[in-house]
Amino acid sequence: MLKIENLHVKLEEEDKRILKGVDLEVEAGKVHAIMGPNGSGKSTLSYVLSGRDGYEVTDGSATLGGEDILDMEPEERAAAGLFLAFQYPVEIPGVGNMTFLRTAVNAQRKARGQDELSAGEFLKVVREKAKTLKIDADMLKRPVNVGFSGGEKKRNEILQMAMLEPKMCILDETDSGLDVDAMKLVADGVNALRDEGRGFLVITHYQRLLDHIAPDVVHIMADGRIVKTGGPDLALEVEKNGYGDILSEVA
Amino acid sequence: MADAHKTALDDRLSALSMPEGGGWLGRARKDALARLGAVGLPVRRDEYWRYTDPRALTRVEAPEGADVDAGDPFDGLDAVTITVTDGVGGDLPSLPEGLEVQRLAEAGAPDIHWAKDLYGALEAAGSRPVLRPLATLNSAFATDGLVIRATGPVGTPVRIVMAGRGDAILHHVVKVEAGASLTLIETGTPGARANTAIEVDVAEGGVLHHLRVDGGDDRHLNAHLFARLGAEATLRSFAMARNGTLTRNESTVEFTGDDAAATLAGAVVGEGRVHHDDTVFVTHGALRCESRQVYKKVLRSGATGVFQGKILVKEGAQKTDGYQISQSLLLDDDAVFLAKPELEIYADDVACSHGSTTGAIDETALFYLRSRGVPEARAVAMLVLSFLAEAVEEVDDAGLQERLLEHLEGWLAA
Repeated sequence: MLKIENLHVKLEEEDKRILKGVDLEVEAGKVHAIMGPNGSGKSTLSYVLSGRDGYEVTDGSATLGGEDILDMEPEERAAAGLFLAFQYPVEIPGVGNMTFLRTAVNAQRKARGQDELSAGEFLKVVREKAKTLKIDADMLKRPVNVGFSGGEKKRNEILQMAMLEPKMCILDETDSGLDVDAMKLVADGVNALRDEGRGFLVITHYQRLLDHIAPDVVHIMADGRIVKTGGPDLALEVEKNGYGDILSEVA
Repeated sequence: MADAHKTALDDRLSALSMPEGGGWLGRARKDALARLGAVGLPVRRDEYWRYTDPRALTRVEAPEGADVDAGDPFDGLDAVTITVTDGVGGDLPSLPEGLEVQRLAEAGAPDIHWAKDLYGALEAAGSRPVLRPLATLNSAFATDGLVIRATGPVGTPVRIVMAGRGDAILHHVVKVEAGASLTLIETGTPGARANTAIEVDVAEGGVLHHLRVDGGDDRHLNAHLFARLGAEATLRSFAMARNGTLTRNESTVEFTGDDAAATLAGAVVGEGRVHHDDTVFVTHGALRCESRQVYKKVLRSGATGVFQGKILVKEGAQKTDGYQISQSLLLDDDAVFLAKPELEIYADDVACSHGSTTGAIDETALFYLRSRGVPEARAVAMLVLSFLAEAVEEVDDAGLQERLLEHLEGWLAA
């Protein structure tokens, strides 16, 4: 599904290398987790994959379903099936949440040559999905993320994911700023989307999110590289001993 | 008076003739001409014309202008519609209860008329301390205008539609009597050049909603609003404009009664050879009045935006609440925004604030929208609309707001 080979990335504005040869493949139907200390390059990886400005790819490739995504515009990547749940969802005053969702859904449908959803069809689907995420009518009406609590913002990200039905979902620190109840709600939303055709890349600091979203594969990232890959046990090891042991082991 | 002002006036007067007619209107015109003679016409080096070159507005020949059908957001609205072609008003429709409308010439003929105390008088008051000679010229030479009075709550808006390409000088007088209310809508600015003035008197507890939409690209417009508000009166004035070679909107508001409120707002979309100047002067001369100025501009490809806004709080105007914000969104490096906010306060128990910002589109928000699949141009349009919507929201009528937003969306999609 998502295949990253020897990816090297530096900051566009300064001579700072962030990713130094990342190799990673997420298969359809699988959940991969990336853990790692601060500054290891986890979030940069998510931004580079989704097409944010400010980074320069100096080597390597990233493909989604065999298609090179690094030359695509962010909206083309989205239409190709890539979705990033932001660590810090952006507040957009003046743009209604519902208008935003409908515009996004229909823009992607149009890009893929599908018919746009009518207002009625859209409303029906969004209400149903919002309900399971405990997103009320007021949150749908309000401007995008404006005045939302941390938990509401993350639930709103998952609602967007549910509406857009991407092939490949990247979750960047989705657990940050969430209490246990909110995390469970978000995890349930993610788990409901797990199926054979969809891949997940869950970026997190802590094991606790992985208690709720059980990964198939766990990677440890440090200094711009994947330094260790293993099963779910690897996350437990990090939780118990921190990153120190693993990093000294691979050094 | 400096020679340049006099020369500019002499040139302009050579091509103007005062409309015939005696009565109070004739005297008011002559009085205005005398005032104009003392000050001349504005030139670039005048303090309040520093950012805007007045020559296209003052010169003898009107600039070229095409007759652009820019669409009208109020088409189909249930309204009392009056069309003014090349500065001359058309037939008057039948009017609802509580509303009186007359052509200026008709109102100016009799010896006694309520408009006699307002015509030229509010303009003269609003021309101090800042001179507004083009408004004074308007008082002297207006080719036509409407004299409108609301004596009770008028449910149907009055809609003035300007048409034609002529060099129009229009002067309206509006009086909202105590407890009465009225909505006044102006659209369809002529292509070439127009000098418009509206004098507004809102008596105790009266409410006036004023909307203006200017769509034509070639416009050279100097529009003036002079408002005087009595106790507990309300004024809400909103102007929306797209492009325009030269637009100068001058709004002056004076609070003469306590507990009144005024909102002045504007939304501008400018692309290319565009110069748009909003110049505002609010005078607080009474207790506990509230004024809001909310001006938003989106500019690109050489467009220039200007905002000059002043709040003057006179001695004794305690508990004044004055607010002013002017913001621009520059969509590329070729756009310019010049802002001169001013506060002058002679009372010690007031709350006044002003702010001005200039910025580019929020890249983080843009990326967020694009990452969800919204194409860049559409995402920019959404962010621009949300920026301008904050000014449209100052219009206190959901139905009219919706029409305005829809029209703005059309402008942004064009």
